[in-house]
Amino acid sequence: MSTTKEATVIAPAPRRATFEPQRPAGKKRRAWDEAPRWQIYLPLSLYLLFTLIPFYWILLFALRPAGSTSLVPWPMTFDHFEKVWTERSFGTYFQNSVYVGLATLLLTTVVALAGGYALARFDFRVKRAFMLALLCSQFVPGALLLVPLFEIFAELQMINSLVSVIIAETVFQLPLSMILISNFIKNVPYSLEEAAWVDGCNRMTAFRVVVLPLLRPGLIAVGSFAFVHSWNHFLFALMFLNNQQKQTIPVGLNTLMSADSVDLGALAAGGIIAAVPVVIVFAFIQKWLITGFSAGAVKG
Amino acid sequence: MAQAAAVAKPPAPPRRRRASATPRRLPYLLIAPAALLMLGFIAYPVLSVFYYSLQEYNPTKPWRNGFAGFDNFVHAFTEDPVFWDTLIFSAKWVVVEVGLQLLFGLALALIVNQTFVGRALGRALVFSPWAVSGVLTSAIWVLLYNSQTGITRYLADVGIGSYGTSWLSDTSTVFPAAIVADLWRGVPFFAILILADLQSVSKDLYEAAEVDGASRLKQFWHITLPHLKDAIVLSTLLRAVWEFNNVDLLYTLTGGGPAGVTTTLPLYIANTSVDAHDFGYASALTTVAFVILLFCSIVYLRLSKFGGEDK
Repeated sequence: MSTTKEATVIAPAPRRATFEPQRPAGKKRRAWDEAPRWQIYLPLSLYLLFTLIPFYWILLFALRPAGSTSLVPWPMTFDHFEKVWTERSFGTYFQNSVYVGLATLLLTTVVALAGGYALARFDFRVKRAFMLALLCSQFVPGALLLVPLFEIFAELQMINSLVSVIIAETVFQLPLSMILISNFIKNVPYSLEEAAWVDGCNRMTAFRVVVLPLLRPGLIAVGSFAFVHSWNHFLFALMFLNNQQKQTIPVGLNTLMSADSVDLGALAAGGIIAAVPVVIVFAFIQKWLITGFSAGAVKG
Repeated sequence: MAQAAAVAKPPAPPRRRRASATPRRLPYLLIAPAALLMLGFIAYPVLSVFYYSLQEYNPTKPWRNGFAGFDNFVHAFTEDPVFWDTLIFSAKWVVVEVGLQLLFGLALALIVNQTFVGRALGRALVFSPWAVSGVLTSAIWVLLYNSQTGITRYLADVGIGSYGTSWLSDTSTVFPAAIVADLWRGVPFFAILILADLQSVSKDLYEAAEVDGASRLKQFWHITLPHLKDAIVLSTLLRAVWEFNNVDLLYTLTGGGPAGVTTTLPLYIANTSVDAHDFGYASALTTVAFVILLFCSIVYLRLSKFGGEDK
């Protein structure tokens, strides 16, 4: 609203009349970012319908008894969840996915933080080449590297070990995470660190005390990204884990979908189990995500 | 030499040396873990793909394995109609999908950038599909498109489509059906990236424009859009590469069918290597995909004059 006042001050009454004669007298002048209400609510409601109907549909299938065609999940049943969790081993998948997700988050954040700091604060000989490699790796499709990656992990005796998936997910998260983190660090004034050195901190302490707290939104953005990506990603787990007990949630979902007779209730329940952690993560970090992105936006 | 490794920002005041124990080696130590991981699990695999592309390499037919020269490439371009079909479908998929995502994503970002009652909740809700995986998206839309119990049944009742047909198993409806499913998840991605950039537009510019009597449309055209250009270029490029490379959604939603009409080149590559074990041919196709991606990216960046002035 403060914008309205300022604009009014800049444009005094007589001039305003010349520039905007069509504005009905007495109607409140709008700030630049305020469109008419219906221009916001109408398209937004339409888009919300498109967004929410699919979510409703999966909830409906998960909660209503098999064979029901009711459009309201009533009488409600949790049989599908129970069945998927125990008979379809989603309990195990869930555990595996949590393990992969958290390990990827940790590994990606730590490695990217170290690399990002180097890129932000130092000028060293291979820096340009390294930056170029980071950018180029964005064009390398993980799916197309399945064969050599499979061979490497077979050589390292890591097939059927979740470590293979954790490494693969981390590696493909790293370039973007590192670019983002180095941009976040660049936004922290260097003089702050120097001041800490003068006060007797060594580089490590100065970083921990001065820079790290300021990086929190950025680290949350990068970390949650790594977690969600590895939680959702499907192909690496499908290829590197042959043992059913080692599979992750997305692979379990795919199995449900490609079963000969698709059990729609089980599929819906499995889908909701797959979505819950991600939804929780996003509910918590939403605020940081947008600021994190605008601060770390990759710019020329 | 010491200066070369010294710190970037203000030209080396003397106290810097005291502050860090090993300033010369430190940056290398810091990037070493990332560099090693990427060398081992991206660079080396990429090089081995190039190498295999010149080989006949099929573990199930070991007697034929060996150096093949450019046979794999010749086969792809001259004898394999499936390759061309998947290439054309890939192009169609990426152009339509990313174009629509950009359009809707921009509109959505502009809407939720306004101040209105319930904005936080509105944002959270419209962005939520973005967090959903490709596989889960497929699961949801499989439920929606199910001919017996899906939403298609209710749409058939009001005259959209016909009763009892699944939109995913009909060659004439599968493309729009898959596009809509992917849009559901893809539009929020664009909206979030654009929204992040929208927040950094200086409000002074709009106030000045307002004073000069510029209409909202003119403000959008002359202030908002130029400001968003870099973000749009970058997110479009990233998304196009991602949509081209990503196989999760189509693999699980349509499996490339019916009758192969939704098989993208990467999906075809995955099938060739995983199901047919023809690693040599799959590597050759991968190499072609690399070249196409690289070429398209360069052309796109040139055309959009992005990154012209390097820092």
